[in-house]
Amino acid sequence: MPETPTEPLVLARGLTKRFGDFTAVDGIDVEVRRGEAFGFLGPNGAGKSSTMRMIGCVSPATGGTLRVLGMDPARDGPRIRARLGVVPQEDSLDLELTVRENLLVYGRYFGLPRPVIRERAAQLLDFVQLTDRADSKVEPLSGGMKRRLTIARSLISEPELLLLDEPTTGLDPQARHVLWDRLFRLKQQGVTLILTTHYMDEAEQLCDRLVVMDKARIVAEGSPQELIASHSSREVVEVRFPPDEQEAMASKLADLAERVEVLPDRVLLYVEDGDAVAGAVHERGLHPIGVLVRRSTLEDVFLRLTGRTLVD
Amino acid sequence: MAVSSAPLALRSLEYWTYQYRRTWRGSIVSTVLFPVLFLASMGLGLGSLVDSSASRGVDGLPYLVFLAPALLAATAMQTAVTESTYPVMASIKWVKTYHAMLATPLGVLDVLVGHLLYIAARVLLGSVVFLAVMTVFGAVRSPLALLTLPAAVLTGMAFATPVFAFAASRDSEEGFAALFRFVVTPLFLFGGVFFPIEQLPPLLEQLAYATPLWHGVALSRGLALGTATAGGVVLHVAYLSAWIVVGGWLAARAFLRRLAV
Repeated sequence: MPETPTEPLVLARGLTKRFGDFTAVDGIDVEVRRGEAFGFLGPNGAGKSSTMRMIGCVSPATGGTLRVLGMDPARDGPRIRARLGVVPQEDSLDLELTVRENLLVYGRYFGLPRPVIRERAAQLLDFVQLTDRADSKVEPLSGGMKRRLTIARSLISEPELLLLDEPTTGLDPQARHVLWDRLFRLKQQGVTLILTTHYMDEAEQLCDRLVVMDKARIVAEGSPQELIASHSSREVVEVRFPPDEQEAMASKLADLAERVEVLPDRVLLYVEDGDAVAGAVHERGLHPIGVLVRRSTLEDVFLRLTGRTLVD
Repeated sequence: MAVSSAPLALRSLEYWTYQYRRTWRGSIVSTVLFPVLFLASMGLGLGSLVDSSASRGVDGLPYLVFLAPALLAATAMQTAVTESTYPVMASIKWVKTYHAMLATPLGVLDVLVGHLLYIAARVLLGSVVFLAVMTVFGAVRSPLALLTLPAAVLTGMAFATPVFAFAASRDSEEGFAALFRFVVTPLFLFGGVFFPIEQLPPLLEQLAYATPLWHGVALSRGLALGTATAGGVVLHVAYLSAWIVVGGWLAARAFLRRLAV
């Protein structure tokens, strides 16, 4: 059944993915509305990519219900995929073919006529700033160029919904900013974006709404501001003491903050009014090496929700 | 927007033909050279010894004429197996061509069938070249020899389908060398290409009868020499087709397990 205007583009209820005994996605509920940029945040192995692959109709769900563009991936996979653009986590470009040929070949998978693909390819190469490399092979391109080409390729069918799995992982800062700029423009053109990332700045830059995933479940949901408001304090005071004194000092500051976190080189105080607390630290006659007052970020939320322990 | 209504598998085939158009120069030399070298050295060189020996050729035929159609079938096997090992692994793991296709309207079976159709086309192309070389060498005796082309495709696909299943279920390319060493090369040497399998010890002879290569060789030889019987053709075609059906089913299962997870 085709979607109605008010229906979400992606609707998941109790969506589950199991590989044998291992549960990669454990009964998540997600709604993505037309025109928004929606993010899946989470550490490695949280289940983001598995979720994306189910939404992309390449991986069958093990349980729950999933509707993409109002259709059922199990039944209408090809029809749904015809209207999706996918930027996979690992590039799947044909290195032997040229930049332009990669777009031509890919457009044919969608059954587009060659003249249409050629015209769109020219526009898209312009859009991702690869026009001058159109006829060079893909192999020698930089990581950022390959990523941009993958994005151009995903747009050849003029998709309504673009799925990006860690679009900027491994890129240098310049390349990331160029990509963000292009993604922002796509959003302005009305393309719905769903992306996974473990970069907080990326999520804050691009996402209207996001969910934080950890251990196969959704642990928080909202806009970046809402998440900061509900899962962290307004500001953070970072107080540095000489090595080995953090623990002792933290206990003397505990009553000043909603929450205290001790790191090897500093103590973090989660507070509403950072300047006031910074002043109070000095009034207590403690002599920190340095005091920094900053606003809470998504990274604080992320680390609070998913922990500082390394996940591999 | 006009969208082609061609079966989705043809869109996958189109990719492979596109990629072949970029790379054919590298392979065309060996496609021509291989039959020339083999027919010259084995067919003419070794053949002159065989033909002048007490046996006077093989089954009353000059050795070149005996060898050529069988070598055509064996070449189809080699091309098919080569094209079904590394390219399949690359499309799954290294270049991820299949994954790129699967993000589009194409499904796993479209991807599989399109690639298999390409192998069939590739085997056909190689066989056309081979048959042309055979003709130049004077090893063709009947217009029926044209039928060795579909026979070669059938032989190639009897190998391509199970090898697709094998390649798609491997984690690395390590098994491929063993496949060539322990399956392809022994079949090439003992599958009835260079001498009649009746010359083998009885146990090996029975084993050779069971291999798809021997059926491909017998079919090809019978057609090229005009000695094929209807019963023989039906038997060989049915046997090779059975391999394709079972191999195709195994390949589909392996592809679904590997790509639709």
